[in-house]
Amino acid sequence: MKKLYGWPKYLTRAPFHYCPGCGHSIVHRLVAELVEELNIAHRTLAVAPAGCAVLAYNYWDFDTVEAAHGRGAAVATGIKRCLPDRLVLSYQGDGDLAAIGTAETIHAANRAERITIIFINNANYGMTGGQMAPTTLIGMKTTTTPEGRNVRMHGYPMHISDLLAIIPGAAYIERVAVSSPKGIRQTKRAIRTAFEAQMNDEGFSLIEVLSPCPTNWRKTPADSWKWIDEVLAKEYPPGVLADRRAHKPKASAKKETEDAD
Amino acid sequence: MKKQLMRGNHVIAEAAIRAGCQCYFGYPITPQNEIGEYMSEYLPKVKGAVYIQAESELAAINMTLGAAVTGARVMTSSSSPGISLKQEGISFLAGQELPAVVVNIVRGGPGLGNIAPSQADYFQATRGGGHGDYRTIVLAPSSVQELADLTFDAFDLADKYRNPVIILGDGLLGQMMEPVIFRDPLKNLPRKDWALTGADERPSRFSRSLILDTTAMEDHNWKLHRKYEIITKQEVRAEVSDLKNAELVIVAYGVAARIARGAIKRSRREGIRVGLIRPITLWPFPSDVIRETANRIKHFLVFEMNTGQMIEDVKLALEGKAEVHFYGRPGGSVPTPVELERVITRVYYHSIRKERSK
Repeated sequence: MKKLYGWPKYLTRAPFHYCPGCGHSIVHRLVAELVEELNIAHRTLAVAPAGCAVLAYNYWDFDTVEAAHGRGAAVATGIKRCLPDRLVLSYQGDGDLAAIGTAETIHAANRAERITIIFINNANYGMTGGQMAPTTLIGMKTTTTPEGRNVRMHGYPMHISDLLAIIPGAAYIERVAVSSPKGIRQTKRAIRTAFEAQMNDEGFSLIEVLSPCPTNWRKTPADSWKWIDEVLAKEYPPGVLADRRAHKPKASAKKETEDAD
Repeated sequence: MKKQLMRGNHVIAEAAIRAGCQCYFGYPITPQNEIGEYMSEYLPKVKGAVYIQAESELAAINMTLGAAVTGARVMTSSSSPGISLKQEGISFLAGQELPAVVVNIVRGGPGLGNIAPSQADYFQATRGGGHGDYRTIVLAPSSVQELADLTFDAFDLADKYRNPVIILGDGLLGQMMEPVIFRDPLKNLPRKDWALTGADERPSRFSRSLILDTTAMEDHNWKLHRKYEIITKQEVRAEVSDLKNAELVIVAYGVAARIARGAIKRSRREGIRVGLIRPITLWPFPSDVIRETANRIKHFLVFEMNTGQMIEDVKLALEGKAEVHFYGRPGGSVPTPVELERVITRVYYHSIRKERSK
């Protein structure tokens, strides 16, 4: 009998602490699968953020360091410059990356740091209990926008990936969504592309993942997926935002099958 | 190694390179810019070495953390307002037990203050500085030669104890030129079997400071505390001079100690017997030296270029065994030896002679 799927080698057996329906566990698994498929666990270093994913090292069986809130790109820079032949990934949320860590993120991209950021966008501060994030949608209720996000008071949803996309040092930036089996496969393909861009010395790469947060959205997991597709993805449309790679593989057969369903 | 005339800030950078510093991350701020400038020129000549002018002190200290976690010898430098920004990262370095050298070429404060020499950051340096229950080793050089030597030692201490080490200078020390002899470059750097370099043929590792379990966090705090106790026992450094037959002891560090030396020389010519205790490590503080000295000498004059910070440590060390006098010049003002001599004379005639004549 042919084995179609097994527990990823570099995903530990620790039960996820994430809420039911959370996108983190999906993306953690995808990263673990890719590290195995690309055979790079021995040279992968991950940076975990202050946020729900701070305990990522419990789940990833490769070297992982915690960063202070927002400083993932700076910590990843220090690591990558010291160990240029390693794959360095910084896993960050929207508050972490698009609010407190804006400067570190933009300047890492501007220096074309050979790092990959996996940017989980769930439009709120999850770990602290669902406060407004820079990415919170207009009108969206959070614990600090009880009447809904009001542009006059709180500003606009922050399109950080689009801002990063105009930076010449950004080799590859794509927005995806883990709100369907298809989206999950696309996410994996996008992260793979980013990892390969880094390993090919192309420059900075970032994958923004629209990711469900059922608990703070006060929605069921199924409704959360639906809300991503019908609402969140309208503000933040998935797609490739920047592709300055010098070595672009020809559109592979894999991509076609992936997008077919 | 021949003697050469060099500026303090350049000496820190050169000594760091010789001590095996592989990474430097900085952000411009006066009066320490020459450290970053020197590093930008000379560090890239070292194979595999990394120099980055960061976008902020926050980024610089967190790049420092990233480099430290890979086991590299790493340094960052700044001046007072920038060091305030670095406190976040220093706390993380301490919590994650990562070695790094942080140079503070202190200027006047609070706020932007000014760019003149000052000792206003004593509390910040010796009390941990950032949040959480931790300590940093604090070295206080008082000459350009000592800047070179202590920079060398700072890397060794940081690695030995896996702890951030602060070099606390000031604008005067950073800017002035003096003769210096460097130690030979280090050949072999210490092996770091805890570093994160990729889990090649070993189990994967992590480095963290978040410990949600209160029992585990308490254990971690006590573990750090035990380390700090060992440092307190083993790493105290102080220079004492002219204590023999002295009736008054000046306690001063850094450039203040140099001013004190000049004042002591003048006072002794006038027949006033004054000695000097110069803490070289501000943390751990040379409390024992001070306490033992108080068995015989009953008057201490603390002299600082601030409104009185180290005086608290001196008082704690003395446990009431001697009278403590204070003279301070905050805000970047640097007194002359003549000025301090007048203070010594006043203390001597108003307190010591008066007491004796009772």
